[in-house]
Amino acid sequence: MKCKLSIRNLNIHFGDNHAVKNATMEVAENSVTAIIGPSGCGKSTVLRSINRMHDLTPSARVTGAIMLDDTDIYDRSVDPVTIRRRVGMVFQKPNPFPAMSVYDNVVAGYKLNGVLKKGDADEIVESCLKRVALWDEVKDRLRTGAVELSGGQQQRLCIARTIAVKPEVILMDEPASALDPISTLKIEELIEELKSKYTIVIVTHNMQQAARVSDVTAFFYLGELVEIGETRKVFTNPEKKQTEDYITGRFG
Amino acid sequence: MNTTTTKKYGDRIFRAITLLFALSILIILLVMTVEMVSESLPSLRKFGWGFITGSDWDAVHGSFAALPYLYGSVVSSILAILLATPLSVGTALFITELAPHKVGAVTASLVELLAAIPSVIYGLWGILVMTPWLQSTVEPFMIEHFGFLPFFRGAPYGVSMLAAVCILMIMIVPIITSITKEVLMAVPSSQKEAAIALGATRWEMIRIAVLPYGRSGILGAVILGLGRAIGETMAVTMVIGNTPQISLSLLSPAYTMPSVIANEFAETTTKLHASALMEIGLILLVVTLIINFMARMLLWSVTRKWKGGVA
Repeated sequence: MKCKLSIRNLNIHFGDNHAVKNATMEVAENSVTAIIGPSGCGKSTVLRSINRMHDLTPSARVTGAIMLDDTDIYDRSVDPVTIRRRVGMVFQKPNPFPAMSVYDNVVAGYKLNGVLKKGDADEIVESCLKRVALWDEVKDRLRTGAVELSGGQQQRLCIARTIAVKPEVILMDEPASALDPISTLKIEELIEELKSKYTIVIVTHNMQQAARVSDVTAFFYLGELVEIGETRKVFTNPEKKQTEDYITGRFG
Repeated sequence: MNTTTTKKYGDRIFRAITLLFALSILIILLVMTVEMVSESLPSLRKFGWGFITGSDWDAVHGSFAALPYLYGSVVSSILAILLATPLSVGTALFITELAPHKVGAVTASLVELLAAIPSVIYGLWGILVMTPWLQSTVEPFMIEHFGFLPFFRGAPYGVSMLAAVCILMIMIVPIITSITKEVLMAVPSSQKEAAIALGATRWEMIRIAVLPYGRSGILGAVILGLGRAIGETMAVTMVIGNTPQISLSLLSPAYTMPSVIANEFAETTTKLHASALMEIGLILLVVTLIINFMARMLLWSVTRKWKGGVA
């Protein structure tokens, strides 16, 4: 499979804190890669470096290279805004824009690219909401406030808002950890479905979830990438002792 | 056992004392209102509604009507708010979102310093520095280029509605800025990240995530500024020209409700004159209450839509 993302010698510092140590890994196109590890191991930090979210944190310093196709996203000449349009992100807590309706939330990012004709907008809203399996639940209340939806619906709305921008890669930061089991199941089914069109990197602290949804699993511990490999292999026959201890619940 | 009963007593006494304090606020407000109404009675009886529809203010002949003062207060405050709001919101955005941390902190404390300057000093600066400048530079310019509008007709006096609007604007910028700053700082980073992750630029993030989230709070800040502007006495009295007239032109002198009270209370000769001033005070109180009520309604209608379910 074609390599979509290539992370090379990635080091991330927050002030004196060396949060990610020399990580190198590859992500194949149209695959789901799960990043697992105990709290504070740097997994979210790695994820957020892939769309340059650390630019917002003045104390953060990122070195190394992250290649998105042939572009080093940390190259000086690269505008982070264009990177974020190619690499979308879904957060841990659903964060729809509370002042906007369901409809406006879906097109919020798309509208940033320029003027949007009414007919086009309707089409985008319908197709994106259908893709996240939310259309049937909300088609009669597209004009109501986004915060009136349930938590699980809000999260699927946030995914719809992300894919409306037509990204190539979708980053998910524990997207189901704030949701109930049924909503979690829906999100997991959705990840499976989205894989055909997007490359997905998901951070999760739920190992069963990683085992269910991902093709490749990367295990981080204390800022270091301990092991990366096919999910089936990492969970049944890990190469490293640390990985085995973690997935069998001996620590974490 | 003994200690628990003492504790219970202590709680009860504490409760009673705080209740007394809380009640005293209510009582002071009530007593003031009753007192103002009873003092205004002679004027209320004599002029009725004519007091707020007429514009004749003649202490010698005992004829009083307050429309010019009402007009002066409302127009000067609303114009000041219209000018101060974009300036304040812009400053607050600069402090919270755009400036490097240290620059923002310095700007914020400078703005707060502005709020600490006594209003008489604003007035003094207004009359000695700003008004002559308005008279020599700004007003002639306005007359020459915008004289076709009714708002910029007449001679450049310096002391004018325009001067009052400018001084009020400067005086309410600090309060609107500092409250807006607090409101913007309370916008959750999850909202900003949502916008940034969609590929928003900094300005787009402010437009789609920060301002909508903070709008009810910003509205509250603006209303507080309006309340301050309408009650401001000293500085306005010094620059507005104290002429009870209703003129569309901003270059004409005008008069406000607090100014006439401050100027005339010491030299009231008749009971009716004093009563008329008291009635102006009453109107000021009512206007302020209406503004506060409207602010609450606005805030309520904005926040109700979200039902507090903000992620």
